[in-house]
Amino acid sequence: MSDHKTMTINLVVWRQKNANDPGKFENYTVKGITEHHSFLEMLDVLNEDLIKTGKLPVSFDHDCREGICGMCSQVVNGAPHGGQERTTVCQLHMRNFHDGDTIYIEPWRATAFPIVSDLVVDRTALDTIIQAGGYVSCHTGGIADGNAILIPKPAADEAMDAAECIGCGACVAGCPNSAAMLFTGAKVSQLALLPQGKAEAKARVKNMVEAMKECGFGNCTNHYECQASCPKGINVKFIARMNREYIKAQF
Amino acid sequence: MFSTSIGRKIVMAVTGCCMLLFAIVHLLGNSSIFAGAVGLNSYAQHLHSLPLPIIMAFRAVMLGLFLVHVLYGIQLTIENRTATPTSYAVKVSRKTTFASENMIWTGLLLGAFIVYHLLHFTFRVTPGLTLVNDAAGHFNVFAMVASSFSSFAGAGLYAAAMVVLFLHLYHGIQSFFQTMGWNCDCIQPKITTAGMLVALVLLLGYVSIPLSIFFGILKG
Ligand code: HEM
Ligand code: SF4
Ligand code: FES
Repeated sequence: MSDHKTMTINLVVWRQKNANDPGKFENYTVKGITEHHSFLEMLDVLNEDLIKTGKLPVSFDHDCREGICGMCSQVVNGAPHGGQERTTVCQLHMRNFHDGDTIYIEPWRATAFPIVSDLVVDRTALDTIIQAGGYVSCHTGGIADGNAILIPKPAADEAMDAAECIGCGACVAGCPNSAAMLFTGAKVSQLALLPQGKAEAKARVKNMVEAMKECGFGNCTNHYECQASCPKGINVKFIARMNREYIKAQF
Repeated sequence: MFSTSIGRKIVMAVTGCCMLLFAIVHLLGNSSIFAGAVGLNSYAQHLHSLPLPIIMAFRAVMLGLFLVHVLYGIQLTIENRTATPTSYAVKVSRKTTFASENMIWTGLLLGAFIVYHLLHFTFRVTPGLTLVNDAAGHFNVFAMVASSFSSFAGAGLYAAAMVVLFLHLYHGIQSFFQTMGWNCDCIQPKITTAGMLVALVLLLGYVSIPLSIFFGILKG
């Protein structure tokens, strides 16, 4: 290791035992953080300290730690995933912070995402939306020939842009209305753009929009805060496309 | 369709857009005041000589649009508040604007203004109005308007209400296109700018009437 410069970081972390606990902020100090630590590794250092002193470590969701699984979910200094463009919090690095900084860490806050403990929230609601129509029904059997269904390149590209969504829920966390329109819009658009998805497009959009409401998400008022929060840069044009699909589905 | 989030947003967008179209036509009509007392009075007389059923039907439609928009707006806001129970201790906003965050308040202020405006110039029951007939024996609308806008409070209230209208439409016009799905990443910034310009034209147009009377530019 070439550089020995380390940072001391002050953390204000949301601690909550379970869904019924009112929860509160706790202050911690972590020492020996280098610019190469990822944000989650910095929390690992904190948790090791806590375990050594016999305290309960801070629980947080994570899995791949390479920005593709969508598990990590923290609001860092008021921005989901820390607010760096196209970056999940697992890919956020401590070089973006300075020695002595105070960092607020909070869970996703939305009625539809009850807190499990500390920074871990229950995102089953997003699965419920997918189960309502975020799939294509097809007969299984022999593998189809690669080019059996021709897909125009622009449609394939746009579907791919929508498919970038990793289902993390940052869009909900960033939205002042806790709406799940960017997530649902991305899923509806991805399938509506492709020939395989067109067959069920009408039922899909209706059912997924209905499911959004039943899960307790809010209504979109076009703030576009979701796009700024999304670690994959999903564009609000997919919300417009979903609105279009929804209108088409009425006729 | 009207029970889901998008369905109701579409209803809000359509009713909002109809009211916007009314606001544009209303301004065009009102600008007849710049042709002096004769201009405004003959415009008003022309409107009032339309068959009563047409006038009443038009008023009923406007009232319906207004009520649907307001009731859905209130319901939408209540639902959105319940969807976000606890707020963040620290929250940064990167895209929201003052206008977008305060749609319910600018909306309710507009609603209050519209009620006042109707009591004022349509039902003419507010105190201090000059209610006289002109030489031809028709009601002198210009004299009534001029008497209201000659005071600072009268002109100021209308000017302030138009700033509120500007804020509501600054967010509302681009929001309309997004809600209807007539949007994509390439035209979105242009729609936002165009919406802002339309809202600005309405603001300047409407504000010019009370101000030019108050400052004595328009004497009839
Ligand atoms: C009178 C009381 C009013 C209330 C309480 C009200 C409330 C609201 C609310 C809460 C929204 C939703 C915010 C959003 O989704 O962007 C909205 C949208 C809108 N309003 Fe109003 N409003 C009122 C009057 C008006 C008037 C007089 C006009 C037109 C001159 C208007 C035009 C619009 C437009 C164009 C939209 C955007 C449509 C959309 O995409 O939802 N509103 N209003
Ligand atoms: S749209 Fe973006 S922020 Fe929302 S769930 Fe998908 S990846 Fe996460
Ligand atoms: S842990 Fe997988 S995306 Fe962050």
